[in-house]
Amino acid sequence: MPVFWLIVIVLAIAAAGYFLGRARALSSAGGDIRKLHSLPSYYAWNVAMKVVVPAVGLLIVWLLVQPLYVNNAASRMIPDTQITQGSSRNLMMAEVRRAAEGLDNAVAAGAIDERFARNARADFNDVTQRLKDAGQIVTATITQPVLRAAQRYRVLSATGRMIMAGAVIALALAGLLLGLKESHADFRARNVVEKGIRWLLIAAASIAVLTTIGILLSLIFNTVEFFRLYPARDFFFGTSWAPSFSGRGGSSDLGVIPLLWGTFYISIVALAVAVPIGLFAAVYLSEYASPRIRAVAKPMIEVLAGIPTIVYGLFALLTVGPLLLSVFGDDGLGWMKAGTAVMTAGLVMGIMLIPFVSSLSDDIINAVPQAMRDGSYGLGATKSETIKQVVLPAALPGIVGAILLAASRAIGETMIVVLGAGAAARLSLNPFEAMTTVTAKIVSQLTGDADFASPEALVAFALGMTLFVLTLGLNIFALYIVRKYREQYE
Amino acid sequence: MTDASLNSPAASGPSQSLHKLDARTKKRNAAEARFEAYGLVAILIGLFFLAVLAFAIVRSGLPAFTKTVLDVEMNVSQQDFDAAESQLFKTKAYAGLFSKSLQAQLTEQGVTAPFDDAAIERIAGKVGGTIREFYRENPGQLGQPVSFELAAASRVDGYFNGRVTRDTLTESRFLMLSDLDLADALKEAGIVRNAFDWNFITGADSGVDNPGGAGIGASVVGSFFMMLVVLVLSLPIGVAASIYLEEFAPQNRITDLIEVNISNLAAVPSIVFGILGLAVFIQFMHLPQSAPLVGGLVLTLMTLPTIIISTRAALKAVPPSIRDAALGVGASKMQAVFHHVLPLAMPGILTGTIIGLAQALGETAPLLLIGMVGFVARGYPDGFLQGFVEPNSAMPAQIYTWAARADVSFYDKAWGGIIILLLFLLTMNIIAIILRRRFERRW
Repeated sequence: MPVFWLIVIVLAIAAAGYFLGRARALSSAGGDIRKLHSLPSYYAWNVAMKVVVPAVGLLIVWLLVQPLYVNNAASRMIPDTQITQGSSRNLMMAEVRRAAEGLDNAVAAGAIDERFARNARADFNDVTQRLKDAGQIVTATITQPVLRAAQRYRVLSATGRMIMAGAVIALALAGLLLGLKESHADFRARNVVEKGIRWLLIAAASIAVLTTIGILLSLIFNTVEFFRLYPARDFFFGTSWAPSFSGRGGSSDLGVIPLLWGTFYISIVALAVAVPIGLFAAVYLSEYASPRIRAVAKPMIEVLAGIPTIVYGLFALLTVGPLLLSVFGDDGLGWMKAGTAVMTAGLVMGIMLIPFVSSLSDDIINAVPQAMRDGSYGLGATKSETIKQVVLPAALPGIVGAILLAASRAIGETMIVVLGAGAAARLSLNPFEAMTTVTAKIVSQLTGDADFASPEALVAFALGMTLFVLTLGLNIFALYIVRKYREQYE
Repeated sequence: MTDASLNSPAASGPSQSLHKLDARTKKRNAAEARFEAYGLVAILIGLFFLAVLAFAIVRSGLPAFTKTVLDVEMNVSQQDFDAAESQLFKTKAYAGLFSKSLQAQLTEQGVTAPFDDAAIERIAGKVGGTIREFYRENPGQLGQPVSFELAAASRVDGYFNGRVTRDTLTESRFLMLSDLDLADALKEAGIVRNAFDWNFITGADSGVDNPGGAGIGASVVGSFFMMLVVLVLSLPIGVAASIYLEEFAPQNRITDLIEVNISNLAAVPSIVFGILGLAVFIQFMHLPQSAPLVGGLVLTLMTLPTIIISTRAALKAVPPSIRDAALGVGASKMQAVFHHVLPLAMPGILTGTIIGLAQALGETAPLLLIGMVGFVARGYPDGFLQGFVEPNSAMPAQIYTWAARADVSFYDKAWGGIIILLLFLLTMNIIAIILRRRFERRW
């Protein structure tokens, strides 16, 4: 892991710069700390920062850019005519990378020497054989251009890494020299350091924005790619979901409607469980419960929110599913064929959502001022009448917001539906039938063997986009409702 | 309280004594009692679900920590050894020796149960090979009594755990009804017993065909490396971002954009982060698949909003007088924040970080997409640095893998894995609570 050692070297230079800068600043003031503009440690940090920040920045940028460059350079070596039928440039490049990695591993293991690995006249049959002898995985599609490209890829990567190491260390040393040169009694070290730190803080804050941009870019690019291979109309309005497993046939039906229906049906069942229970629990906790009951019951119910979803998934698959099957299955009412069904997933998801509804509603009900309750009591209303006619209407926007947030959780939930809802996409009204959701299909389309360039894999990104837009819309709508209709009490 | 004045004619006055409840008051009081009861029932239903969940986990998970073993005392002499080694089917000869010892032990205990070599193989696996291996490696033990502890087949294990019952058993070449009689007899003779399965805690995943040998140890290590990445990246970045937003950011559109962004990111489904990881870290940057490094990066991005939100709350809780005092004695704004506000907010920040880490530890969906599931983690990483880049599994991913396997015996393992995972989560949350109780200051 040369990158690791590179970072260690940069840090070592920074540490040296820390002490040198401090010593230099002090000596320029004749050892009298009062003659310095800033405290000595600011001079030290100034040097260390000038070493680390540009060097590590360069390292990160280089690591991001180099693969792109090398990939392009190697890709240019494969003429279009060499791309075999049914394959694509991307697949060929994956092959090139694999071959290059095989050569690397073989060299590292000592099975072939560096000169042979770079030999531009080597025959690919010979290389294939040698690689096989070295225990490397070699596929049948390795051809002369692929081998040439792989060799070029290796050489470029290796030189790139060398130049990168040199450049990073040189930049660190330049930073060291600059910092040391500045370390003088009159230098305003504190101001410079504080400005630098401020920029670092801004950089950290913008990572959240970068994440969003990353999510959007990765979704949009692949979705556009998907719509190039598969008509958007069929995706949005198709009522059948039947991806072919062969990989790249045009025979797949990739209509999103059955998946959306499954998602909504399961979410509705989940909300039908969570909303009444959560709401009544919130009302009881905030209005009726004694402080002692509240201190015990509230955290206990919130434990339900802290349990990982994989646990709920297993609970649905192995406990709730068989239980429902014994009641509604062939032995009982005969409505249910298998343990995995909308009901199973919805019920378990509902349990998971109880604390979301109850905690948020609890906070909102507590925020309704006591004066409103007292006014209602003063008019002769009972406690429940006060709650129903005064407190809940006052808290309604917040409660609707809480329910919408719970709905967005339900739509985005993955593990419970992957394990509990089944895999068949169908449009049906029977809640005891297996259905599947958007999230479950994202998982199954991306964990299979289909290659990333096929519509069967790319559809997952379009599904992800749908999911992202849906949940984002719900969240924004929830916030909007809360902001717009919230009663402002002093 | 009555509403007598509302409905009755004003002139005639109350027709009844105020001390006697009229029908409408009774109805209202009943409605009042009902409403309160609904609330109580809702709470009880919530707690009931929690109890059922806990019960299901403990009851189904505990068998994963034990295994059924056969204790058999054997005494193989040099002649037996030579005779067995000279035969064509060597392991069969050892299996014969084993049967003889087992028979002797049964008679000694006064239990009679007929069995043949095939039944032994169904119950205890290929014992001959194990015994031969032992004596070939330790020739010194020949002629001395040696106690063998042999793991029983997973179906026999299931029989003693109640997963396999006589009614539901379909006879196959793996297990016959007569074998269960033999197993009962062995249990009566004290040969079969339950032992603690250390391998489950320390071992690595086995293949699809060996549920008995599967352990969660390797994936605990994988999770550990992932959490290390999350901690090292998300704590500094999260704290830095919160300090900027809470203490320095000017009130403008860019700041607004960042804040809205963070609160929206907190609500993005975790699977979308998995898609991001797949597209950016694996497809674009070509980082190794199934590596804890990639899992850690994805979980970092997912945890950051949580940490930022709780850190901002902790910073906000430090009263402005602290900042004013620091500024008053000549500190710069940066010094006031880093020397005074941040240390005071630290307990709250750490609590939030631990809770964020606990959330990340239990997260499964993004890990499915970056390839931590199809991979069978058969061993520990070779070293500390390799731990980050070598393919490995993580606890929740391992549990999912087991739950998705066809063999029912893996379900026990999945539940057992959940117990371990929940123990980790519990520990982390308890640490967070203790931190909060001990160090949090109320102003």
